Amino acid sequence: MSKETVLSTKGLGKQVSSPEGTLTILTEITLEICSGETVALVGPSGAGKTTLLALLAGLDNPTSGVVHLCGENLGSLDEDGRALVRGRNVGFVFQSFHLVPSLTALENVMLPLELASQSEAGERAKKALESVGLGSRTSHYPRQLSGGEKQRVAIARAFVTNPAVLFADEPTGNLDTASGERITELLFDMNKQSGTTLVLVTHDKNLAARCDRTIELEAGKLLA
Amino acid sequence: MMTSLRFALRSLSRDLKAGELTVLVVAIVLAVTSMTAIGFFTDRVARAVQAQAAETLAADLVIRSPAAIAEQNITAGMAAGLRTASVLDFPTVAIAGDTGKEGRSLALVTAVSSGYPLRGKVLISDEIFATSYASEDTPEPGTAWAEPGLMARLDADIGSVVQLGSAEFRLTRVLEFRPDQSFGFMSLAPTILVHIDDVPAMDVIKPGSRVTYRQLFAGTTEAIADFQRVLQQELGQEEQLRTFKDAGEQIVAAIDRAKRFLTLASLVTVILAAVATAMASRRYALRHLDTVALLKSMGATQSFVLRSTLIQLLLIVAGTAIVGTFMGFAAQGVLAELAARYTPFALPSASFNASSLGLVTATTIAIGFSLPHLLQLRTTPPLRVLRHDLAPPQLRTSLVYGVALLALIAMIWSIVQELKLLLLIVGGLLGMTVVMVLAGWLLVRGFTRFRGGGGIAWRYGLANISRRGRESVVQIVAFGLGLMVLLLLTVVRNDILQDWQQSLPEDAPNYFLLNIEPQDWDGIASLFATELGSAPDFLPLIRGRISAINGTAIDVYEFPNREGQRYVNREANLTWTATLPESNRVIAGEWWPEDYDGQLQVSLDERMARNLGISVGDSLDLMVGGEQITAPVTSLRLIEWDSLSPNFYLVFSPGEVRELPQTYLSSFYVAEEDRSVLKTLLQRYPELTLFDLEVTLKQVRDIIDKASLAIQYVFMFTLLAGVVVLLAAVQITRDERRFESAILHTLGARRRQILQGIAAEFIALGGLAGFLAALGASAIGYALAKYVFDLAYTIDPVLWLAGLFSGALIVGITGTLATRKAVNEPPVRVLRNG
Repeated sequence: MSKETVLSTKGLGKQVSSPEGTLTILTEITLEICSGETVALVGPSGAGKTTLLALLAGLDNPTSGVVHLCGENLGSLDEDGRALVRGRNVGFVFQSFHLVPSLTALENVMLPLELASQSEAGERAKKALESVGLGSRTSHYPRQLSGGEKQRVAIARAFVTNPAVLFADEPTGNLDTASGERITELLFDMNKQSGTTLVLVTHDKNLAARCDRTIELEAGKLLA
Repeated sequence: MMTSLRFALRSLSRDLKAGELTVLVVAIVLAVTSMTAIGFFTDRVARAVQAQAAETLAADLVIRSPAAIAEQNITAGMAAGLRTASVLDFPTVAIAGDTGKEGRSLALVTAVSSGYPLRGKVLISDEIFATSYASEDTPEPGTAWAEPGLMARLDADIGSVVQLGSAEFRLTRVLEFRPDQSFGFMSLAPTILVHIDDVPAMDVIKPGSRVTYRQLFAGTTEAIADFQRVLQQELGQEEQLRTFKDAGEQIVAAIDRAKRFLTLASLVTVILAAVATAMASRRYALRHLDTVALLKSMGATQSFVLRSTLIQLLLIVAGTAIVGTFMGFAAQGVLAELAARYTPFALPSASFNASSLGLVTATTIAIGFSLPHLLQLRTTPPLRVLRHDLAPPQLRTSLVYGVALLALIAMIWSIVQELKLLLLIVGGLLGMTVVMVLAGWLLVRGFTRFRGGGGIAWRYGLANISRRGRESVVQIVAFGLGLMVLLLLTVVRNDILQDWQQSLPEDAPNYFLLNIEPQDWDGIASLFATELGSAPDFLPLIRGRISAINGTAIDVYEFPNREGQRYVNREANLTWTATLPESNRVIAGEWWPEDYDGQLQVSLDERMARNLGISVGDSLDLMVGGEQITAPVTSLRLIEWDSLSPNFYLVFSPGEVRELPQTYLSSFYVAEEDRSVLKTLLQRYPELTLFDLEVTLKQVRDIIDKASLAIQYVFMFTLLAGVVVLLAAVQITRDERRFESAILHTLGARRRQILQGIAAEFIALGGLAGFLAALGASAIGYALAKYVFDLAYTIDPVLWLAGLFSGALIVGITGTLATRKAVNEPPVRVLRNG
């Protein structure tokens, strides 16, 4: 496992305007995450975990500071530029799965491959679904799948492009304990196999404990 | 590009399968179907009208001249592949040859060659006033067909001999109708039809005789057009060309009104479809925000989103245009079938002239009403994958409405092609929308106060209306529009159509009597009173010719168009009256008071005034019986020619015109079984001229009847469009309701309570919308009747109550039914999937 830095921030801050005036969500976040590392972002509700995840993935713009993702300074790119960086290097797993309801499981997994104009999307997506144990469910629509199955489709979709970094936002938050545990297993197994860097936001202490490192946030600041 | 094309194709097919695009696609297909059906059909009707008009000439093109037609023009026509026939018209005295009663009368001889008429049919009968039938040939040499009026005057029967000049003719048929018998009372003597080869034997045509030579031509449209171009240079000074544009006013007026009805139906359908498209597109965009955000989080760029959106829209446009055009083509087939069952003329086969209309309609609706909403998708923030409440930056309102307004104006213009009507419709629509939005907003606000009373369901429903504020107003406007169309179509349409049909009642005058002398009034009136039970009115008839306009002699006057020239080339029929005739409406200036007896004034037909370049305040000089009269134009009238009452281009005020040479005319209804009175009339007053309007009357009535049927049929599309709008409006809040119901379920509300709340909300919205719709429908019905169709219409307040209740009922039921499924979904599934 190399020690190359894939994700770093310096002096990252985020403020938003609200009816009560300017609200500071994150202040002076500086961190480095190495290739292959698994990192948990933890902290109480409203601590700014999801905002930090959004900034790291280039889904949102910081008010101050910089983010480098896979060698690119996200602040120097426009929205389309950041989208292309994500398309090449990033995978997502969300708390509410975010499967496209009108697409089958297979089509959902094919989506990122198609967007990146990659060949043999169907074959690769099928393999990805088999690797999460859903080889027999390829033609099912999201509404025909259970919560745990949906999240497995989402994991297959996240890994199918072999991303350098995988962001996960409360991946077990919507699942019962048993399903949550199975998903956690799957996530770390797949991560091990592909050597992806994993950054996840979670309230789940067990999940956080399985990570190489835990970054704790409170009121928008890094604790450790 | 390939990726976005492939992606667009896939997601389009998935969205279609999942029913995401149903309302949108159905709305556009409906608009295209309606536009093309009417387009195809009116194109056919326009060509049929041309053919019908040709019948009133008995040809497609006629050269008229007081001298023999130049031989080279006839051969040129034959060389161009046209059929031709010759006609000679001249007055002479007809003498009954073998009755011993010495009957004689002035007659108009129409001498025709074989093949006459080239268009239309001559109707004949075997006995005077008997049932007529179409003739296949012309009179044999030596025989003649006479109008009943002439036969009555000569006391002649079938088989009698009639002398015309030096020749004798045996009457073999009664001439009931010639397609080219003029409508303008030009021929004051009854007609006798003979073969042209018999003319030399009559020996009546001498230099200086009043003879009209007519050469008739008929053939394909192209050949006629080519020939017309050639003739334009070749025509001699005295030769005149007449084409289908000289059709009978009555039939053109009726067809014109029918076309207006059809066009209007199509217009309403398209506008409703546009509204439904806009609502469906907005919903589609809202529902796809999450997908677009997801795509962006996975690397999709804005241009990718834009490209695939545009490709999808393009495919929708192409698909709906093709499907709609085919459906339109099929639908016009049904229209034509309906029309054919009643038409006096055959419709030509459909041409593809109107097929581009489908693509234009689909494109305009898509660009104007769908694109602005879909463009919004491009700017969806990718952060929405984590923060569900983030919406794309709002589109500029001016952009959305500006584009829609432009598209609307373009569509209406393509249909009505008349600036005044365009302004009226666009202004009316905008005004109505503003009123509806304002009224909706006031009602929504007002409802906040009422929610104290009633049960929990009612309170919850009403609270929802005021909480949803903007959506509620949009829904009220949309429901209102849909309901208004339903009301217009069910109630107001019937009223207007009925008014139209009643404008030509069963006992509309079917005979005109001309050449009545004042001393015969009493005799004629008492004959009618005894035989028919009522005496007719008498209208003065003066013949005169316009000699100067604003002091400029007509020889040097510059006419705005050739049409204008035609009015002054011939003697015109004038009248004078104190009261405005029933089928006339003053549209400029003022009609004189009933007791007016001052300086002479004249009122003109509006179209004649336009063609002569005259407006109120100008002056006209006329030559009447060698005397010159001058009168200022004080009013312009719109004449309902299809009323078939006696109408005049020029009407004078009472006064000095009484001194001019004049006869009187009358119009009346005679039932078929009473027609023997006409024979008595003509025998007692041989100088009278009788005009049979029955054929024209039947044609106009047929047109009205079949047009009414066609309109009912076309309105079905409009009705469907209205239903689509209602559905689209219900859908606006469907996702939100689904979520709310799930939360209420979770909080312990029973299904029935939630449904009651929803029903209360839709009933209240529907009632409000229905009331507004009824007000709107009354206003539109009134405006349509008055300004578009020239018909009387009375506003009925019962309609308002009907609107209120039917709105509450229709929207209450459809809204609740359409949302029921959402309420029945297990809350856990809804809440989990968001």
